[in-house]
Amino acid sequence: MSSSEEKRRLARLREEISGLGIREAEVSVFRRSIRLSGGCDDWKSIVRAGKKAAKLGYKGVVNEIELDGFTPPPIRRSKIEDGAIDGERPDVLVIGGGVIGCAIARELRKWDISVLLCEKESDVAMHASSRNDGMIHPGIASHIGSLRGKMNVEGNLMYTQLCKDLKIPFKRYGNFILYSDHLFGVGGRAVLGARARAFGIPGGHVDRRRMHEMEPNITDEALGAFSYPMSGVLSPYKLTVALAENAVENGAQVSLDTIVTSMEMEHGRIAAVHTNRGTVYPRLVVNAAGVFSDVIAKMADDQFFTIHPRKGELVILDKKKGRLVQRSMGLVSVKAATSDTKGGGVMRTIDGNVLVGPDAYEQPLREDFSTHADHIDAILEKHLPLIKGFAKSDVITYFAGVRASNYEEEFIVERSEQVDNLVHAAAIQSPGLASAPAIAKRIAEISTAALGEQMDVHKNDRFDPVRKAAPVLKYMSLEEKQKLIEKNPDYGVIICRCEEISKGEIIDCIHSPIPVTSLDGIKRRVRPGMGRCQGGFCSPLVTNIIAQETGLRPEQITKNGDGTEFLYGPTNKGTGKTSAETKAPAKKAPARKAPAKAAAGKAAAGTQKKSAKKAPAQKGAAKKKGGAEA
Amino acid sequence: MKEIYDVIVLGGGPAGLAAGISATQKGASVLIIEREARMGGILKQCIHDGFGLVRFGERLTGPEYAGRFYKEMLEMGIDHIVNAFVTDAEKKPDGSFALTVQSAQGIKFFHCKALVLACGCRERTAKQVFIHGDRPAGVFTAGTAQHFVNISGYMPVKKCVILGSGDIGMIMARRLTLEGAEVEGVYEIKDTPAGLARNIAQCLDDYNIPLHLSTTVTRVIGAKHVEAVEVARVDEKMKPIPGTERMIECDSLILSVGLLPENEIAEKLGVEIDPATKGPYVDQTFMTSVPGVFSCGNALHVNDLVDYVSESGELAGAYAAQYRPGRRVRVKIDYDGKKFAYVVPQYYDVMRQDDLTMYFRPRREQKKPSVQLCVNEETAKRKKYIHLSPSEMEQLTLKIDHPVTRVALKMEV
Repeated sequence: MSSSEEKRRLARLREEISGLGIREAEVSVFRRSIRLSGGCDDWKSIVRAGKKAAKLGYKGVVNEIELDGFTPPPIRRSKIEDGAIDGERPDVLVIGGGVIGCAIARELRKWDISVLLCEKESDVAMHASSRNDGMIHPGIASHIGSLRGKMNVEGNLMYTQLCKDLKIPFKRYGNFILYSDHLFGVGGRAVLGARARAFGIPGGHVDRRRMHEMEPNITDEALGAFSYPMSGVLSPYKLTVALAENAVENGAQVSLDTIVTSMEMEHGRIAAVHTNRGTVYPRLVVNAAGVFSDVIAKMADDQFFTIHPRKGELVILDKKKGRLVQRSMGLVSVKAATSDTKGGGVMRTIDGNVLVGPDAYEQPLREDFSTHADHIDAILEKHLPLIKGFAKSDVITYFAGVRASNYEEEFIVERSEQVDNLVHAAAIQSPGLASAPAIAKRIAEISTAALGEQMDVHKNDRFDPVRKAAPVLKYMSLEEKQKLIEKNPDYGVIICRCEEISKGEIIDCIHSPIPVTSLDGIKRRVRPGMGRCQGGFCSPLVTNIIAQETGLRPEQITKNGDGTEFLYGPTNKGTGKTSAETKAPAKKAPARKAPAKAAAGKAAAGTQKKSAKKAPAQKGAAKKKGGAEA
Repeated sequence: MKEIYDVIVLGGGPAGLAAGISATQKGASVLIIEREARMGGILKQCIHDGFGLVRFGERLTGPEYAGRFYKEMLEMGIDHIVNAFVTDAEKKPDGSFALTVQSAQGIKFFHCKALVLACGCRERTAKQVFIHGDRPAGVFTAGTAQHFVNISGYMPVKKCVILGSGDIGMIMARRLTLEGAEVEGVYEIKDTPAGLARNIAQCLDDYNIPLHLSTTVTRVIGAKHVEAVEVARVDEKMKPIPGTERMIECDSLILSVGLLPENEIAEKLGVEIDPATKGPYVDQTFMTSVPGVFSCGNALHVNDLVDYVSESGELAGAYAAQYRPGRRVRVKIDYDGKKFAYVVPQYYDVMRQDDLTMYFRPRREQKKPSVQLCVNEETAKRKKYIHLSPSEMEQLTLKIDHPVTRVALKMEV
């Protein structure tokens, strides 16, 4: 493109975005990227301006148009300030503990290089990786030739083996793209058929009769479907935790509550990375910072894209309705098919619940996980009628997530063009989960090639892809359970009645390779609190277990990391000792042999006293008597 | 402990204890299975008084009330296990039941002729009443807050807003105030309180805690911990009225927005559930649609008074002990759904002649109504009330000593 032609195109873009209501709009080109600035009172117009710029075919769009009266809130971070990782010199520093960062950390340990992963939250999978539908897309939604499509299709194929190695459940239930418009049926055959051939995705059109045979509860409105049997589901946070755990088992280091605050650049290289827990001197940095991947790029003076956070809200229905659907299904209109997101649908989750949604909307906040009545209502109104038998009263919970989309709507999986020792795994939005293993593999190839310029990189022969997973009782036979409980009676004591989670399983995750001591951290791993009572019954019991196992006082225990403590001190008459509530009764002393002389009204306290005698560390009984007199 | 019993009772709360005792008195061999660490159910954490007024004519605390039954159970030597969870329940071709029970002692199998479900209820959660906004720490159901305060001995709040005027919510308003917390107010989306009148007087009025009717919480604010909630007035369709929003600074939101019977095992066994009560359909013997499966207490329908919970447990236990498989012909007990929110039992087995204990709630507030229990087209019992309210369950009993073909419950206003 000649420079005069470029000038003309930029001037035209400036005019167009001024027409969108951008004041003092400026358009410039910097290092092959296009940069926008100006001001506007409408976020939608700002996003639209970015999208228009993306059509010009530059490397990226840096959209610095400011929203009137909006100051981005400070990035959420831990209060911790210490030197836990100060002076570390890892070969690779991975920034971000989402599914991408954790998959990369694990993949990198297949080579003999040291890996440190920093995550600013108190656990891995705290943002988009725990806030999505868990669908492993077949790849049919991506454009031919796109990196999103390529990574998706490659990643999808890797999941069978990966989940086997990580010992997490994965099912290829398949998916249906439903239509109620004959036009879509005709157009879909051409467009989806071409994609399926280009990407090598099995599946295709099924007629109405066959569709109803396969999914008897679909609404009569649907005229037919496109069926893709490779589509799968898993728990995205279990996957992320399992990737991180296996990375740690193989020698990677994970530092939680660790936020990258700035970088020191020397001769076009990152020389040092400052965090709240000390300064790190990595040979190579991998940017897997999700919604903040552009912020990290900017720190390294390599910003060539901007994340525009695209939020989505999702709804979970009771397990009782799980049997009504087999696969993931969405009714797609011609209009929705051409937009950035296909508009969600209904699906059976790996745990047997039904998930409904998500929707998709642009807004400026990157860490706002609030839900809204109008969005949830709209999702239910749109998707519940898809399946006969779904009702609003089946809803047990809902949540929101934020997609890390850039204006190109394309993954960035590459070595930095500006910074010698920086690799980007950035702007990974949907289908990021499905693509994660392929992205990790590619990033590991790029990284080891880059490291090869500085050092000898060898394969790590000791790498064990199989995670040493703690037992999951749900998947065991009665005989296996029996043996396990004989060895450790804690596995016999059910703490979460809705999901049937034992005390032993909860203790396991407190002592796992990525230890967690928050209610939500435990919930993400083994599900207490995910069921229909949403933690009403089990949260006090889980709190006690955490206190017993870690020595933390109950008021130090958090819901979801630093700042989410949910208890204050002991009550007026309480002693502050945790109760013996969850203590498994000693084998030879079943409760019915409790002394019958317990005074009327104190019978319940009677058993407490007994267990207090058995376990002097838990003098709960005295306090409870005190409480009863209050 | 044996492996085969006449009657197995699931749940060691007030309903299950009463059922176990009465079944034993009728000569049955009984096992009570409790999933928590101790018997007593939710009464363990109800340290306020007022329990047993109907039954004992005394004001007992929850643990005291449970203690009386617990002591009786111990004295009768009734088998019971705690920290034991039924992971599977199955009806055998011969009509008996097989239970798989998991505990620290391992997996055990029990068999019985009759099964009494006394699993109690659970609380509706924030999500089930569609609370929106952030998802910070500091949102509790009233029962969970009560567990933290009364069992764990820890304070979950300093300044709170309570949504819902259910009984536990009001009781927690008082309890938290006594423990030094500030209760900003109780908000109720309906135009009438959900809980008992005596709790409004004793728990709110006495402590100057305001009750705001026709008002609800529309949003929770706080990235990590609750910082505020937004409340708004609602119209007659219970939709928030724009412009009436008010922000209340607080560190927690406590929810008392209703209770739901727990019927997971019932559903596993194929028991039919009444959408009005969310508990099983039963006949006058408290038997569900599955022969040999009985239901009582809050698992059957949510009661306001534990006295009625015990009563239904006692009846269900006795009938379970006497259960023999045989032909039954269940006729629906007739009632007008516009006048009654629900009635229990919903059926009468006309192959038998049993006394009838009916529980009901009116659909809406009624001044001076008269309720009639009609058997075979004749009015067998008539009771005049000064006042009927959906928040107060009523009970009628009737001696029956002749064959029954039809039963109906009627209300005149």
